[in-house]
Amino acid sequence: MKRPLLELTDAGLYCEQGDFFIDPWKPRGTAVITHAHADHSRYGAEQYLAHHHSLPFMRHRLGKSAPLSGVEYGETVERNGVTVSLHPAGHILGSAQVRVEYRGEIWVVSGDYKVLPDASCAPFEPVRCHHFITEATFALPIYRWQPDEVIFQEIRAWWEKNRAEGKTSLLYAYALGKAQRILQAFAETAPGPIGVHGAVLPYLSGYRAAGIALPEVLSANAKHAPILRGEGLIIAPPSAASSPWTRKFAPHSQAFASGWMRVRGKRRRRTLDRGFVLSDHADWPGLLEAISATGAEMVSATHGATRALVRYLNETGIPAKPLETPFTGEDGTSDQEEGRS
Amino acid sequence: MKAFAELFRALDETTRTKEKVAALTRYFRTAQPRDASWALFFLTGEKLSRAVSSSLLKEWVSERTTLPLWMVEECYDSVGDLAETLALLLPEESAGREESLAELVEGTLLPLQKASEVQKKETLYEIWDTAPLSERFLIHKLLTGGLRVGVSKALVTRALAQLAGVEEAEMAHRLTGTWEPSEEGYRSLLQKEYHSTGPGNPYPFFLASPLDESEASTLFSPLDEWCFEWKWDGIRAQLLHRNKECLVWSRGEEAVTESFPEVQEALSALPNGTVLDGELVAWKGDAPLPFGELQRRLNRKKVGKKLLTEVPVRFIAYDLLQVEGNDIREDPLASRRKRLTELLGENSGSSTVLTLSMPLAATSFEELRQQRASAREQGTEGLMVKRWSSPYRVGRKRGDWWKWKVDPLTLDAVLTYAQKGHGRRADLFSDYTFALWSTPSEHDDKRELVTIAKAYSGLTDNEMREVDHFVRKHTVERFGPVRRVEPHLVFELGFDDIRRSRRHKAGLALRFPRMLRWRRDKKTEEADSLLTAEELLHAVHGVPDEPS
Repeated sequence: MKRPLLELTDAGLYCEQGDFFIDPWKPRGTAVITHAHADHSRYGAEQYLAHHHSLPFMRHRLGKSAPLSGVEYGETVERNGVTVSLHPAGHILGSAQVRVEYRGEIWVVSGDYKVLPDASCAPFEPVRCHHFITEATFALPIYRWQPDEVIFQEIRAWWEKNRAEGKTSLLYAYALGKAQRILQAFAETAPGPIGVHGAVLPYLSGYRAAGIALPEVLSANAKHAPILRGEGLIIAPPSAASSPWTRKFAPHSQAFASGWMRVRGKRRRRTLDRGFVLSDHADWPGLLEAISATGAEMVSATHGATRALVRYLNETGIPAKPLETPFTGEDGTSDQEEGRS
Repeated sequence: MKAFAELFRALDETTRTKEKVAALTRYFRTAQPRDASWALFFLTGEKLSRAVSSSLLKEWVSERTTLPLWMVEECYDSVGDLAETLALLLPEESAGREESLAELVEGTLLPLQKASEVQKKETLYEIWDTAPLSERFLIHKLLTGGLRVGVSKALVTRALAQLAGVEEAEMAHRLTGTWEPSEEGYRSLLQKEYHSTGPGNPYPFFLASPLDESEASTLFSPLDEWCFEWKWDGIRAQLLHRNKECLVWSRGEEAVTESFPEVQEALSALPNGTVLDGELVAWKGDAPLPFGELQRRLNRKKVGKKLLTEVPVRFIAYDLLQVEGNDIREDPLASRRKRLTELLGENSGSSTVLTLSMPLAATSFEELRQQRASAREQGTEGLMVKRWSSPYRVGRKRGDWWKWKVDPLTLDAVLTYAQKGHGRRADLFSDYTFALWSTPSEHDDKRELVTIAKAYSGLTDNEMREVDHFVRKHTVERFGPVRRVEPHLVFELGFDDIRRSRRHKAGLALRFPRMLRWRRDKKTEEADSLLTAEELLHAVHGVPDEPS
């Protein structure tokens, strides 16, 4: 029997013919990287290939001397007869789907993606393929997103209300991607000063360099606390939520921007004041739309509610199977994943 | 309905008491009395009788969304709350419904209870086509019973007290017991002077606080300022004899009169205008029966002769709240007790159904400690300690009334099954089943894990998350919402009593089991066995007691 073009090994998805890995989680030879989030872009490869917008973020994480090379979307790279190219995934700036072709057989690895428009990165592009490996973080029909404008308007209204009450607005969002996506919404007009936590700061210049307009921001530290307190919006990673750092800005209202906030129990468990339903992953209709647009004859689902998605696809006539990767957290409720989503 | 949905959102969005009270006050100030009375009904935890079953709701949502039923179940499994799951699954719609809360309840929801299945379905489809997510969710909540919104009755009481300009204690009394939602009912609640008709409401119960062992000796000195009594393991209740009617109210604020006809009869022998506070206890011969026996008397239309003989009940009175029609809750305990003793002495005759809780005599703290150590042999849970000078307060106020329970019994048990919790824990595996090792027989030295108890409380949030993670990673089998897990984790369970039981597979039942600590140091093989549990049973109750 013919070996599949991409296979799961203990180090990650591997293409034997082209001798490269996609988002490997162990130190191995050549790594094609879908995007710069920590669990997809790990330390230790001999060579990295990623979209050029991802490079500044990867350099920050992997070190200045990391062997990175960047390509444009659609640009092809040949490796032992295998053609590799990256295509916009709409997840964060520089995020890509990886298209792998060998002797006319095409596989696409989605990485993390979303299909709704996001002004901070290139929009998702469906790529026709035979075998589609899709993420499934929010693969349940309870997850349906609203357009960004609606959510940004909610955030703005919350900020204005807090400001009227003399409270600082602390908004928790993943430091790379979600933070900048929210920031760009306030590039033109903002109800007050904007601060960012130290974890967010290193990722701003990459966005600015890519031509995404971001507002002026202050580093949310003790020095700037008097300016931000009671007035400002501060964007911080979810891990800062219970840290003493927040006390600098009291009184405050705290909110979390994540797809998980769609579910009341997950929102209440964090004992925050507000939850904004804003995700960098595809919602249920988005997943179905993306899968159908690929025209794939086989779908592998990984990362999240794979069981439900696989069964649903099979029942609707699209052959599908689960693919176990360490990106998986069942129901996707681990903290790290909630933070990123 | 919009205003109520708005109130719900405001309550749901904040964790701060002050803001919750403010939101409540805002709502009640502007709401129409008829709507407000229904809002109050739901906020204080009351619910409508169930009009549509969960399975029908799921079926119809599956049909309306064209999603397979298993997918609806899958989503329910993830969300943990049926009302919310269904609301999230239905398509986004519309501007909202114009009707008020009262119109919704009286005009749509209450009639559903008597409607045919076809009519029910039609009504729900109509609701789904018109109600936006937030209202849909609330309507599902009201339909499926229970609106858990993170507001305690105390907060609602505070908001209404502010609005009416009366003391919180006074409002708490007005809100205790049952009242029917109506415009007049709500208006009279908010008046300066309150007139109740009929036998009226029980008084809000004064609740004792748990005592920290280390504080006891300093707190209870001098000893003669305190009243020490046994803490009976029964149902806390008030007996009301007012306007020629006799009622038994449990602490859960349910009238349970029908379950205790002999208590009602004994109460009728007391003068009109009397309210007693005490404990309902199953009692045979000269000793109390286990709590499980008392439970057999509850939730029955009629208590038959057989049950009356098998499980006789006593009311052990320890306080007098109203006498000759006068509210004496402000009088010191010493004086209330004196009048209680007189009242029962004069009126009980030969009946032992109403008995007086006798203060324990102790001349030293050491003596008291010894008495407490014998609590279990007496069939009690420990001691109640009350300041002789204390008035009868409202709710749980620390300082005057203490419960000094005996130390819990313990066993190390293995986590075998897990289930998701409710409310804040709706998506966490927080409800656990525990097992002990069976005793190997002569022929077979294989040991099995046998279920001994379920427990939900005692872990910190972080520990619970950790266990949740474990459950997800180590599921062996799924039974709907329940997961069987690999038997790896050992917990020390604490409980107040252990008894024989035919209803439990282990043949033993634990009272109030909870997790005392996670025994990370113990391997599964080192958990306790049923034999250890049997030994514990004998140590506590002496000779093996009859199976019940």
